[in-house]
Formats: sequence, C-alpha cells, structure tokens
Amino acid sequence: MDGTSVDHEINLQVAALDRLMPMHLCLSSTGQIVSAGSTLAKLFAGNSVAGCGLFDLFEVRRPGGISQMSALKLHAGQRLYLGLRADPSLSLRGIAAPCANGQGLLLNLSFGISVIDAVRHYALTDADFAPTDLTVELMYLVEAKSAVMDELRNLNLRLQGAKVAAEEQALTDTLTGLRNRRALDLELAQLTRQAMPFSLMHIDLDYFKAVNDTLGHAAGDHVLCDVAKVLCAETRSGDTVARVGGDEFVIVLPAMTDAGLLGQIAQRIIARLNEPMEFEGQACRIAGSIGMTLSKLYGTVDPHRMLNDADQALYASKRAGRAQATLHTDDLAGIPQKDC
Amino acid sequence: MHGLINRSLQCFLRDTYGPAVWVSVARDARLGFDSFEAMLTYDPALTDAVINSAAGQLDRSREAVLEDLGTYLVSHPNVEALRRLLRFGGVTFVDFLHSLEDLPGRGRMAVPDLDLPSFSLLDDGNGQFLLKCRAPVQGGGHVMMGLLRTMADDYGALVLLEHQGFRDGAEVISINILEQSFAAGRRFDLAMKVG
Repeated sequence: MDGTSVDHEINLQVAALDRLMPMHLCLSSTGQIVSAGSTLAKLFAGNSVAGCGLFDLFEVRRPGGISQMSALKLHAGQRLYLGLRADPSLSLRGIAAPCANGQGLLLNLSFGISVIDAVRHYALTDADFAPTDLTVELMYLVEAKSAVMDELRNLNLRLQGAKVAAEEQALTDTLTGLRNRRALDLELAQLTRQAMPFSLMHIDLDYFKAVNDTLGHAAGDHVLCDVAKVLCAETRSGDTVARVGGDEFVIVLPAMTDAGLLGQIAQRIIARLNEPMEFEGQACRIAGSIGMTLSKLYGTVDPHRMLNDADQALYASKRAGRAQATLHTDDLAGIPQKDC
Repeated sequence: MHGLINRSLQCFLRDTYGPAVWVSVARDARLGFDSFEAMLTYDPALTDAVINSAAGQLDRSREAVLEDLGTYLVSHPNVEALRRLLRFGGVTFVDFLHSLEDLPGRGRMAVPDLDLPSFSLLDDGNGQFLLKCRAPVQGGGHVMMGLLRTMADDYGALVLLEHQGFRDGAEVISINILEQSFAAGRRFDLAMKVG
C-alpha cells in the first residue's frame, strides 16, 4: 500500500463471469449487447439478446438523461436504476464499469426490491443466483417473517375474541342477561360525556319477596328472567336495561326528552308486570313501581343525582300504593303522578 | 420452551390422532389450559409432560412419538411453511445437512427468542455423516430422525439413518447417503405461491 496504483487486468472466461455475475451484460462501445448472463437471459423468454441495443431493451430511470452509451460511460461506477421495456413493473439496479480495452462497458444488474416478484414471475431457482448473493436468504427471511406474522395475527384474533367475551361477561348480569351496575355506570358516563339527553327509569318489583318466600328461589329467578324479557320488549334496542339489585332495575333511554312518552312506556311496563307469570304451573303475581327523571330537567347533568331523584320518585310511587309511575319534580312531596 | 415448539407438538397430536386425544393429553399433562399459544414462552417441564403423556396414552415409546413428530413437521400440509423454510437450506440433501448448523441462527433471524436445537455435522467426504444434536428437550435427536428421513424423501435422496444414542452430552445420528438423486423428490419453488 504505497499509494501508487498499478492497474492489473483480469481476463475471465465468459462462463466464469457468468457464475460470478449471472445478471451481467457485456456492451460494445456502441451499446450493442455482446453477451448476457444466464439469469438476465431468462427475462427475455428464451429470445437471444446478443446484438440488441441496450437502450432498446432497457431504460435507465435514474439518473435521468441516460439514453446513449456516452452518457452511460460518464456514470460508470455509480448506482443506476433501470427498467425493462418489456416488463415495466420490474425495476433493476445496476452498476457499469469500463472494460479494460477501453471500448465497451460491463453492466452488472440485480433485481433490487422487486426480487421476490421477479423470482416468482421468471421461476428462478437457487442456481440462478451467485453463491455469494443473499437473495435466497432474503426470501427465506420474508417467508419466515410472514409465517411468524400469521401466528401473531391469529394470536391477536384469539386475544381479541377473549377480550370481547370477558368484557361482555364483566358488563352482564349472569342470571337475566341484562346489563349490570358497571355497564349502567359506563353508559351514563358516556351519555354525560357526549352531552346526549336521556331519561332514567328506576323500577322496583312489588311482592317479589313473597314469591321467593312461598314458591322458592327457583320461582324468584324465573320471575326475574321474565321481568327482564318484559323490560327489553317494552324498550328500544338502543336503550340500556340493567339489573342493579335483587329486584331493582334501571333503564336508560338515550335521546328521550318527552316526559309524556316516557310515562306511556312506564305504564306499559307496569301493565305487563301486573300480568301473572307462570312457574311450574303456579301463578306468580308481582307488580312494578317506577320512578323517572329526564336529563333536560337539570342545568348540569349529574348521573348520580339523577339516579337519586329517580329513586325518590320510585318511593313516591310505592307510598302511593304501588304499581305506579312517578316523574321526578323538584318539590316532589310524595304525591304520585297518576298520569305522566 | 418456546410456544412455537409446544404448539407444533400440539398440532401434531391433534392432526394425527384427533382433537379428543389432544384434549386428553393436555388434561393428563396438567397444563391448566387447553391450547399452547405459538408466540408465548412456557416452562420446559410442560413440554416434557406433554410428550410423556402422549406416549402413555398412545401406548408408544417416547422415541417413537418424537420421531413421528419429526415426520409430521415436514410432511403435513398444515405445517407446509416449515418444510419450505428448511428447503431454503440448500439445493441438495447434502447442502441441506450442512445448513443444519445454521438452523439456530436462521431460526433466530425470524423469532429472536426461539430455542432450536444446535447441530454439528461431521462429513467424512464419503457420503457418511455424523450429526450431533443438542436439543432443549431430551430426545430431540429422535425428532431429527423423522425429520431427516422425510426431508431425504423430499429431496429424492436415498439415505440410511441410525440413532447412536448419547455421546458427550449430544445425541448422535449417523447418516449414510446411498444416492443423492434416487427419486424425483418434491418440487420446491423459491417464491411462494400467491393466494
């Protein structure tokens, strides 16, 4: 390494050059293809490219302005991006080097980023790449990574399914399938956050304890499930029906601002709860008392306060003789509203 | 033990003997869950428990179960990806044998925490090879017996294999290649089919 450079010429047989660079092109000084590597030849479906003009078969995409040998020579030693005129989707990388005789150029190409499509499209094999080429390792890696990604995607799907099921369980009352207290709180918090008007109904069953005491817990459970069906049937699909205690239920009705309509729904529920429910041939008689309130009655909507007010209205209904519905008013003094 | 290995064992038992056998093996091995996840890591003792339980329930030796697992890994359509990945190891069966030394490294390229067996290959230059195998699970050499036999078929090579037991803490398999291209073997396209 004394700083002086001595240019050695290396003479290679074409076959040896082909093994080292199976995608090379030997170009004459006028840009005619003298010989082509065996892998490059596969891009031309068996047609010989010897004698063809480089720029008839390829375009140099970058750097721009290279459409003649003189320009290509100026860019010898630089990275080139080329396209195949017969298959514009294929992009190639290349580098050109002047031949020792000063006449032509040796242009070596590779597939660059489109290698996987090229391998598939031209049915290339391991033997089409130089032994030093890492293309096969690259393909291995792409395939191994996609196998791993598939596994991860499957794992994510299973976890997502489990998460949905666990959340559903966490928000559901197991006996009736209605929403539970937690789901109710989430729904109220969301409506408040969205500033969506809504109404609340607090329902307490009358005479339920008597059913439990005389006919047993199985009958009681059966009644609770029947009540759940009634409440769902008498409300809209977007309403939330929650069981919040042994025989206490809360219904949240989003976008409900009409006190008259709310009262009608309450009356329908009361009427249906008055019908006897049957359990193993026995008639179970219960009734329902309801307290109601609407978010539009409040300057600032506080779900906790609304629940309390609905509860107060409910006890007004109970005091008034059960099977009643009462709407919350600020001066509620225990007088039930017979017709809301 | 990596979930990929445990999951392969589970899929082998399920695909070969049916879901009921897997359920029963999982219960007998006291896994505490009904399915391994491929991308999680498990106590190696669980892997051993599953192998022992499968051997007991199928009334076969541990070695025979492991050898069948090796065959399954490179021949069942459900795990075709693995056969393809192994075929990247080389164009001929001898190339493939030499590529086994790179296998843990190749495995880690795809899954950094994968604990694959490590191999060293002695080539006497005469078609006779000795493969030394150090596996995280005892009997990993028997998995290799099934895998090598099936891969030889895949490459179309005619080989004789013998598990020679343990030597210096490694399982030793002798491989005698009678003919490299005995049959056509199975086709291997470098690029995966699309769709």
